[in-house]
Amino acid sequence: MTSLFIKSIKFLVGGGFILVLLIALAGSVWGVINEPAAETAEHAMHKHPKELKLASDGPLGKFDLRQLQRGFLVYKEVCAACHSLNLVSFRNLKDLGYTDPEVKKIAKDWAVKQPVFDEKGGTWGERDNVPSDRFPKVYYPGTGTPPDLSLITKARHDGAAYVHSLLTGYNEKPSAEALKHFPEFAKTPDGMHFNPYFANLNIAMPPPLTQDGQVQYSDGTRATVDQMSTDVAAFLVWTAEPTLQTRRTAGWAVLAFLIVLGFLTYGAYRSVWAGVKH
Amino acid sequence: MSFPWAKHYEPKNPVMQWVDSRLPLPRFVYNAVGAGYPVPRNLNYWWNFGVLAGVALVCQLITGIVLAMHFHSSAAGAFDSVNVGIMRDVNAGWFLRFAHANGASMFFVVIYIHMFRGLYYGSYKAPREMVWLLGVVIFLLLMATAFMGYVLPWGQMSFWGAQVITGFFSAIPVVGDWVRVWLLGGYAPDDAALNRFFSLHYLLPFVIAGAVILHIWALHIPGSSNPTGVEVKGEQDTVPFHPYYTAKDGLGVVVFLILFSVLIFFAPDYLGHPDNYIPANPLSTPAHIVPEWYFWPFYAILRAFTADFILPAKLWGVLAMFGSILLLFFLPWLDKSPVRSGSYRPMYKVAFWVLVADVLVLGYCGGSPAEPLYVILSQIAAAYYFAHFLIIVPIISHLETPKPLPGSITEAVLAKTGA
Repeated sequence: MTSLFIKSIKFLVGGGFILVLLIALAGSVWGVINEPAAETAEHAMHKHPKELKLASDGPLGKFDLRQLQRGFLVYKEVCAACHSLNLVSFRNLKDLGYTDPEVKKIAKDWAVKQPVFDEKGGTWGERDNVPSDRFPKVYYPGTGTPPDLSLITKARHDGAAYVHSLLTGYNEKPSAEALKHFPEFAKTPDGMHFNPYFANLNIAMPPPLTQDGQVQYSDGTRATVDQMSTDVAAFLVWTAEPTLQTRRTAGWAVLAFLIVLGFLTYGAYRSVWAGVKH
Repeated sequence: MSFPWAKHYEPKNPVMQWVDSRLPLPRFVYNAVGAGYPVPRNLNYWWNFGVLAGVALVCQLITGIVLAMHFHSSAAGAFDSVNVGIMRDVNAGWFLRFAHANGASMFFVVIYIHMFRGLYYGSYKAPREMVWLLGVVIFLLLMATAFMGYVLPWGQMSFWGAQVITGFFSAIPVVGDWVRVWLLGGYAPDDAALNRFFSLHYLLPFVIAGAVILHIWALHIPGSSNPTGVEVKGEQDTVPFHPYYTAKDGLGVVVFLILFSVLIFFAPDYLGHPDNYIPANPLSTPAHIVPEWYFWPFYAILRAFTADFILPAKLWGVLAMFGSILLLFFLPWLDKSPVRSGSYRPMYKVAFWVLVADVLVLGYCGGSPAEPLYVILSQIAAAYYFAHFLIIVPIISHLETPKPLPGSITEAVLAKTGA
């Protein structure tokens, strides 16, 4: 009797789990038949980011430093009003081709100052930024919480393409078809803006890039909205991983070494096993 | 123990003679992974993965120890220390970080292939049960280590992953909530949880290393299994581990490093989740909380239990998820077939490949949002998973007529090479 129990315990345990799963399965199937999932507004209207090609794409990609400088300008003139870049330091801008005096000046002239605590007086004051400072935090009192942009292209699917699409997506309105199903989208709530590339469809950020020439480019590039949003996306790819190019260069060297080593080890393997059938 | 024809260590160098007579460590290494360990001559490339797992462990230990020198284990400082300190300011810190994060993935790839190799070739059967049991222990330790490591960068998925996984313990009847608070050191993951996870994440790899030594020790008692599943009968069936398998494993290691490098240098974020680049925020739940890919099959089993039946659905899910791994401990006694290798077991072979497909389906469902279609699919796949180990394999081992086995390893090799 005991041995029969021990022998069948596996069937009892297995059968138990399977029974519970079948009950759950019946419930799921019943649910699908009786209350088919209602289509959500996100499903009907959300769009995948538009295709975007950047010089830094692909295993051989390299940063276009002039584009990164233009992108930094867009960030400085437009985005920086609400979005911080707190994981990046002013000194990092030297990677974009700015000289030491230029970086010093950019830091000194930065609109948001560094907070400093006066130990004697016990009060908070502020001072100008220096190159070793991080880009200061921005405290935004309005609707919504503008995220820090340092890692934004890594923190969203299709990072750079997402940034570019979001910035240029404000003109796209919901289709008449979608509005029939979701009439509430005909009018966006106060303080919100429809943008099909944003996960929730209605975004608190007002369109930041509205007209051509909003930022003055000094290198002769025409500052169209599309160009400005591409440039700032390229800049944010750099802020998310300033070592991107180093990583790939190192990668090619490592792969070249390993492939040569691979041929050598294969040769060693063949010669060691030459006389042995296996 | 070893085969009588195993070579004996005879150091010619007087320094080595001096060392060996006082501390026979060189002899130990020679007998473990040197010419003193006779190994079946017919091992195929699937047998590379044990050594590869060892290489992955060493890579993780080295990168991890250096990363720990730069990591701040505090809720306020962890994200910054990883994403600014290590990624931007530490020399080659980006390399260490990407190598460590992707090294975990490579470790699981290798371990899963190693485990499925064991399943196909019946490596868990007598006299190697202890090797298998220790392997399952290592797998459990590895999962715990990987989970706690993923929490450390303190991104959104780190935080919410910790929230979900420690939530399993709240499924325990009566004392569940109390156990969870005790484990976390608070009501939600915070400094206390982060610090203990860091401490354990540093400790467990060394426990794994200890278990690996036992795993290899247990392997050396009967010696390695082989693709025919026929035991070694004589000297002609084996070759010394060195140079034969050091050469073959060396080639495997280089191929492993090439794939590993492609991930580190060209697609370091491919296997990760974008949300973990957002700092942890207890007030904002991500739309889809998903663990890393290597937990997906088990996550699918957890989520497949959606019905309260006597016990709450959540408890069933947690029991089944742990059960799906713990049942591997009983596998040597569930599969009664005297034939080891799946190559000579027509029914088992089919069941094995269905299981592989089943686990892939579970993985796919585990990584997908909990929409009805994926839930239904994971319910079917989870039911099959339990059926495979607890019903199909035990029954097959009685019903099946195995194909005739070769008389010896050498006979099989000669038949294959046509000599």
